[in-house]
Parts: sequence; C-alpha cells; structure tokens
Amino acid sequence: MPGLLERLGGLFGGGVDLRSLISPGGFPGGVHPAQMKITAASPIVQSPLPPQLILPLKQHIGQICIPIVEVGDHVLRGQKVARSQGYVSAPVHAPTSGTVLAIEEHAVPHPSGMGRQCMIIEPDGLDEADQSMPSLCDYLDEDPAIIRERIRLSGIVGLGGAVFPTFIKMLRDQRHPIETVILNGVECEPFLTCDHRVMLEHGDSVVRGLNVIMHAVAAKGGIIAIEDNKPDAVDAMREAIARAGFEANIEVRVLPTRYPQGGEKQLIQAVTGRQVPAGKLPLHIGVICQNVGTAKAIHDAVCMGKPLTERVVTISGDAVPHPANICARIGTPMPFLLAQCGLRDLSGVRLIHGGPMMGERLPRMNVPMVKSTNGILAMRAESLYSENAQEEPCIRCGHCVEVCPVGLVPNELAWHCRNDQFDRGQEYDLFDCIECGCCSYVCPSHIPLVHYFRYAKGQVAHIEKERAFAELSKARSEARDNRLAREQAERAARRSKVRKSGAAEAAADASDDTEAGTSGAESGEKAS
Amino acid sequence: MNILMAVLLLGGLALAAGIVLAVASRVFHVEGDPMMERIDAVLPQTQCGQCGYPGCKPYATAVASGEADVNKCVPGGERAMLAIADLMGVPPKEVEEEAAPPMLAYIREDECIGCTLCIKACPVDAIIGAPKQYHTVVESHCTGCTLCVEPCPVDCIDMLSKPEVLEEWTWSAPGKASLVKLEGDSDARVA
Repeated sequence: MPGLLERLGGLFGGGVDLRSLISPGGFPGGVHPAQMKITAASPIVQSPLPPQLILPLKQHIGQICIPIVEVGDHVLRGQKVARSQGYVSAPVHAPTSGTVLAIEEHAVPHPSGMGRQCMIIEPDGLDEADQSMPSLCDYLDEDPAIIRERIRLSGIVGLGGAVFPTFIKMLRDQRHPIETVILNGVECEPFLTCDHRVMLEHGDSVVRGLNVIMHAVAAKGGIIAIEDNKPDAVDAMREAIARAGFEANIEVRVLPTRYPQGGEKQLIQAVTGRQVPAGKLPLHIGVICQNVGTAKAIHDAVCMGKPLTERVVTISGDAVPHPANICARIGTPMPFLLAQCGLRDLSGVRLIHGGPMMGERLPRMNVPMVKSTNGILAMRAESLYSENAQEEPCIRCGHCVEVCPVGLVPNELAWHCRNDQFDRGQEYDLFDCIECGCCSYVCPSHIPLVHYFRYAKGQVAHIEKERAFAELSKARSEARDNRLAREQAERAARRSKVRKSGAAEAAADASDDTEAGTSGAESGEKAS
Repeated sequence: MNILMAVLLLGGLALAAGIVLAVASRVFHVEGDPMMERIDAVLPQTQCGQCGYPGCKPYATAVASGEADVNKCVPGGERAMLAIADLMGVPPKEVEEEAAPPMLAYIREDECIGCTLCIKACPVDAIIGAPKQYHTVVESHCTGCTLCVEPCPVDCIDMLSKPEVLEEWTWSAPGKASLVKLEGDSDARVA
C-alpha cells in the first residue's frame, strides 16, 4: 500500500506525498485549530433555577413526544411530562418541581429560528424530586433488558451533540456481538470543556456508567479515549478506574490531539484501527461509542434513579466576560445562563449552539438549552469568520482534499452542489460527509464548503419527499380514474339493460310501462 | 446461376431477419408508451391542469407524441422542465409561469352545504364527505391544485399557504438571501 501511494504520488509531479493522507492507526486528514479552551480550569458551577423553564417536546433524533400532563398541573423533578411515540424517541422529564404554565410553540435552538411545541414550567423553588424510580445499585445482577428499559425511560440521548436515543445502541444482538465499548472523552471542538470537567469532577460516575453499558451489551472491554491535551483528565480517569477496581477490563487510551477525532467513526478508527463502512453502524464491527457525559447520565439513571434533567454546558466566546462550565437544568433559557457569566447586553452578539467548527448560529436569542447543548458560544459579530469572509473562486489547491477525514473531494463536491447537480454530488458520496468543517476551515478562498453540503443534503431530502408525495398522488389519481371509468361502464350497462327490457316489455304489453319509466328516470338521474 | 444464388441467399436472409423481427416484436412487446411513462414519472402529479391538459398523464402523453411543449408544467418548475427536455432530447425552454408557493385547500365547514361538487372535482380524492354532510380536506393528500375552489357554489373553500414546519426546513444555498433574520441587533432580550 505505501509503495502504491508513493508511485501514485510520483505520477502527480512528485511533490505530493500521498502517504501523509493516511496516518498510521488513525483516520486520514484532520486539522489542528486553535484550542481556545479557556474554561478548562473552571470548576462546574450549579446554575440557580430560572424564573421559567422552556422544555421542547423534541430534543432527540426521532419523533416528537406527546405531553401527558396538562396546563396547570403540578409536576415534580424527574417526573415524565411527555411520552415518546415511535421507536426512535426519548421521553421528556420535568427539570424541577413547579407548575405547567403552557404547552405552546416557542423558539428552540435551531438554525432556522423556527419554533416547536414546548412545555413552559414555572419552578416553585422547592425542587421536590419524584422518587418513584428505584435505583438499581446492583446493576450487575439485573437483566440487561431492564437496564435498557431504564435508560429508555430516563430519556437519555447521546450528550455529545448528536442526541440519538441511547437505548437503541444498547442492544445485545446475537449477529453483532459487541467486543468493546469506547467512551468518547476526546472533546476535540475548540472552546468546549464540559466533557473535560465531567471527567475531572465526576470520574467515578463516568467509570461506573461505562461499566453499566458494558454489562448491558455484554462487552468484555471498555476504552476511555482522551486526547493528549487533557493530561489531568487522563490521570483522573486512571485513578477512578483504580478506585472502582476495573483495571482488568477498562483502559484509558491517550490519543494525539487532532480535530475531528471526536467524530464517532473517526474515533473508532483511531482507537481500533478499523473503519466503519459507509452506511453501516459501529455495532456492525463490534464496537459501540458513547460520550462521557452520556455515561454519567446512565450512571445517574441506573444507580441513582435520576432521569436526565440537567447537563453541563460550556459558556464561552469572546463576548462573554466570565466564561464558565455550568451545570444547568434542561430548558434553562440561554440569556439566563449568559447573564450568569456577565453577558447581559446581547446586541451585536451572535450565539453559536455547540462548538465553533460544527455548531450552528442561532438566529433567536431567547431559546432554551436542550439535551444537545454542550456549549453556547457568544461571539462578537465582527469576529465571526463566516459573516465577514467573502467567497472567492476555488484555486484548486487541494487543501480540503488533504484534510477531509472521510476521504471525500470537497472542492469537486461543492462544485456539483453549487450547480444543483445533486445526482453528481451523490456520486461523490455527499452523504458520507460528517460536516466536521475541516474543508471550510482550511479553504484559502473562504468557500463555505460545508454550507454547500448541508444545502445539497437538504435539497436531496426535499426532492425525495416530493417524489414520494407525487407517487402517492399518482396512485390516488389513477384509482379515481379507474373508479370513474368503472362507474361509467356500470351506468352504460344499466342503461342498455333498461332500454332492452323496456323494448321487450313494450313489444309484449304496453300496460306495464310504469316500472320501466321509473328505472329509466332513476338511471337518468344517476347519469346526470 | 450465380445471380440466382445471390438473390436467393439475400432474399432468404431478409426473410429470416423479418421473421426474427416479427417474433421479437411480439415477445418483447411493451404495453403502453415507455416515453410517456418516463415523462409522467418526473411530473409532480398535482393533476392541476395548468398545462392545459386534464392531468399529468394526458400532458405526458401529449409531450411524448411531440404535440405539447416541454415547459408547460407550472408546479414542476424548472426542474421538471429540464428533466422532460432531457428525456425528449430537445433544447430546454423557459417555464413561462412561476409556480405559486405550496398551498392546501381548506373548507370552512360551517358554511359548507354538503353539495359534493368539490369531492367530484378533486383529482386525487383528497376531500371526504357525503351529500348533506360537511366536507373536509385530508391535508396529507391535498396537492394544492385549486380545482375544488371553482365548483363550490357557496365559496367556502380557501387556499391557504402550507405552514412551514421545522422538520421540513432545509439549509438555503450559501450567498442566497437568507430568510432567517438574526435577532442579535434589534430585539435582544434578557429573560
């Protein structure tokens, strides 16, 4: 393989070393953006309860939940207030005790700025917890199915940002036995430090959570993957493993810092050296991957009977006077969190939901933090690259190709997407793009490549939806045409029958013409 | 003699080829018009009649026979026109009318007299009801073709623009005027 690459590199003028594209034991490409982890040393602070909590009824990938409480009801902390419908869904729980003020549409953190059904809860300040869920301390004696159901009922989703319902991954499947559980403590996005702080301050919960996952999927080994820019987290996790006595089957793997190492498929490639094929899931190669925050949430749900009602968020960015890691209730409005960090005047500020590489700019300010909120960045509008850069023509330097962690050709792909040639785009594996932003980051012409790919993906989905609707309409229209034709044929048959019988009767006897007259009138009426 | 052989040989070959062709045309016979089917497959199936034909299939038939232009489908827009032109192998033509934004029919039920005229007019059977009973539009089946508006004797059918929902939102192309207004500068609020 290296020899072949060398020869291929030679063909392209000798200057290109294609071996540099594939690093040993890791994923290809990647970038090293400035880390900006200014909150790495700030301990997690607990946020006070806001005057109102805004709880979106959908905070996961999948179907929206149905509220099971009514306006005016009193709810307790951890009480389920909306149940999931469908398989891919996760229920929503009240983050504190209080009264349901309304169930209405409210702006949610989404790049469209549109709203969605939300439950507005006014806290009563007592923070009474719903104690109905017992803890399963001896989880190793429990049936994995019970643990899986507990995780489903606790509303746990992937807290790394993808918010995929966690219980779906926790399946003991005979066809795909899980060998290794990888805990993702990489946190490769600049600015974000919430996972880092969780590992430092809740190391024991994280390790125990990993053990719960390993038991649930019958995995033999667990690996906690951490980048080498967090040596204190590495030590903390090693100590926590030693305290729990899991040295035999859980290890900490230190990885050289590189973005986007925290991507699920990239991390698996970096840790195991194996690639997850396109269109397949990690479980198909015997691996599952969970975020460290998710592991802590699993521990809290299983060992302490606490559903997911809070999470750690990094509040940072150049507009924030006192950046911090805050543990806040799900549904806390973002301006309330920013005010705790000293940012009260939001004029001229842009909010980014998530990290600077993959996060989305929020057009609305008064939105709640949700299960997927790992960071809120408040940036000055003038320091926001995407708002100030002018797109220039591609100079075909190929940097985007070198850094793409999935081995795509972003410049060619963007060309097709820009010209709405979505079929060609799909030939260039548009849907394998993980939208990590490496290509946009290195582009010297400031081409918003990822934006083109997001646009194209949306358009393809839209066209497919229209196609499916057209198929449905066509079937309905054809069924109608067939029915009309059949009805017409039936009418014609009836009319000819009436005419025939009428003629026969007239020939036989003129006295019996009343019946023929009525049926003739009847068929005439139907024909009109 | 040689000439006779040549004539017989060629005649025999031609006869054999003719028989093969005749058999093939029977064995590999395709029901319907494949070109019409392919054009019909790229049409939006709203059955709206804006092309001047009573539905999508009649228009597809007319295009396939070369009778109609490729640019008559209004709701299909440029994309359908390009696809049809590509199938027919003719140069693309500008679509003259601009497609209206997606709409849904809505029946004001308290005014409906239950005459069933709209039910008869709906090309996709998206209206339910019975004589002297209220009618209503099945939202998920309505194509927004407006054909039900005209026959209604009491004018109780409105065409409402289709509500935008978050689930159907997609990114607009970079550089295009964004419909998303940023809140940062004007009405920034602190809760």
